[in-house]
Amino acid sequence: MSNVMSLVKKELRAYFSSPVAYVIISGFLLLVGYFYYSLIMWFNGAAMQMAQNPYYAQQVNINEMVFSPLFHNMTIILILVAPLLTMRLLAEEKKTGTDELLYTSPLSIGEIVLGKYLAALIMWAVMLGLTAILSIFAFAWGNPEPAPWLTGYLGLFLLGALFLAIGLFFSSLTENQIVAAFLTVVTLLLLLVLSWVTSSGGGSWRSVVSYISFSEHFEDMTRGILDTKDFVYYASFSFFGLFLAHSVLQSRRWR
Amino acid sequence: MIEVRELTKRYGEHVAVNNLAFKVEAGRIWGLLGPNGAGKTTTMRILTGYLPATSGRATVAGFDVFDRPDDVKRSIGYLPEIVPLYLDMTVRGYLAFVAEIKQVPKARRKAAVARALEAAGLKDHAGRLIKNISRGYKQRVGIAQAMIHDPKVLVLDEPTIGLDPAQIREIRELIRGLRGEHTILLSTHILPEVTQVCDGVVIIDRGRLMASGSLEELAASFEKSDGVLVRLRRGGAEEAALFRGLPGVDRVALEGDEIRIEWGRGRDLRDDVARLALDKGLGIKEMRSMAGIEDLYMKVVAGGLEQ
Repeated sequence: MSNVMSLVKKELRAYFSSPVAYVIISGFLLLVGYFYYSLIMWFNGAAMQMAQNPYYAQQVNINEMVFSPLFHNMTIILILVAPLLTMRLLAEEKKTGTDELLYTSPLSIGEIVLGKYLAALIMWAVMLGLTAILSIFAFAWGNPEPAPWLTGYLGLFLLGALFLAIGLFFSSLTENQIVAAFLTVVTLLLLLVLSWVTSSGGGSWRSVVSYISFSEHFEDMTRGILDTKDFVYYASFSFFGLFLAHSVLQSRRWR
Repeated sequence: MIEVRELTKRYGEHVAVNNLAFKVEAGRIWGLLGPNGAGKTTTMRILTGYLPATSGRATVAGFDVFDRPDDVKRSIGYLPEIVPLYLDMTVRGYLAFVAEIKQVPKARRKAAVARALEAAGLKDHAGRLIKNISRGYKQRVGIAQAMIHDPKVLVLDEPTIGLDPAQIREIRELIRGLRGEHTILLSTHILPEVTQVCDGVVIIDRGRLMASGSLEELAASFEKSDGVLVRLRRGGAEEAALFRGLPGVDRVALEGDEIRIEWGRGRDLRDDVARLALDKGLGIKEMRSMAGIEDLYMKVVAGGLEQ
């Protein structure tokens, strides 16, 4: 475990000793902040109007009208941000030859994969944590329900865990960071649009495709629903990504 | 300390290392000598556990490279051909990281980093970013990194490549200073590096073993004749022919701007050669002894070029 921690520390230092972490975090916060601001402004106007009518006044719900769309927007931003966090991790080591140091040290491939993955995951947790500060204002001057807000954030974290595992896999395939990032974006976009196909298809094919797409699994969580099926989805797909990355690195040892 | 038996590495059709076998005794410095593309780097990568061999065995510090890779990795310090540096780290931070992943116990890490900085002459550069230091110092960081966990065996792949002459001398000095404490295998394609630094040598070409042994052994077995190489101000074919007349001389050959003069072992005609050159006013620019091992290596390299 101490081997993994050494790698985590090293990767986090690498993020923060270059402009990478600062640029990604501030860009991410800028976008999320803008979405949040415009949703709140829209919500204010809509709530004022709806309050005139006792029937609609019942339906004013900040969770559904602000947080749920905000979380969906954040998944789209995450599709672009996750590859930026992972593209460097294994591709750069290969390119600069520093992988030779790692592979000739008493580290297992599993420890290398896990260390790199956890570092990216910690970055994602920090970014999510910073956006959560924005919600303080909604909680201070409004009365959102905490449960769907919390499960929404949990959903975003798990979705990030899945995206980063896929990104790490593509970083293991190539020594070119742009190739790694682009393949990740393409894969994540495919996972997103798969759910659109299902609205027209039918039968068992449809349920398979909609299971693979993350949209439905994420949708539940923004509504405050915790379902084991969703956890199984996130855990198994994240594990699969890491397993593939591990297999790619391990294949170097084949005789 | 290092033992290689029937080691073979194939990349598809290409055979990079072909049935290689050699041995390095504990505490000695051994050179792995060969022209570019001879299989030096591949051999070292197999020894350090970076690459698997296609067949054959190798043991380092008593551990089999294939069965006990982690024990081997703990006993080896490795300087790869491309020094594995994280350019955004400071020298000290980088060495501390390497100490961690080489599993130096936490209590000893600070001392290990200080010792490596001292040994590699990096004390004044410890706080600098690696990307800002010169090539020679980067190479020193590479060597410091290899010895951080005080390994029994050091494997250094072309430790002086790309350095200026002063830096080369410093690095060789540094490696010589490690003799005794560590068993060292260093690769090079420059013969003088072997004769100046190493106790013994393994010469390989196109993946095959050409010769191996201590320098004295090799010199004794290959140096049947003795001789000198002279460079003269007037050193054409005509002048070369003059030396043929010297009593005792077996062979005279013009090699570029040098004349090679050989005689049977056991005599010394250096004075005669010099006297003749002075008498005829040929103007001696340089005269040096011909080393048997040099001859052998030249044959190896020339053979490689012919095919």
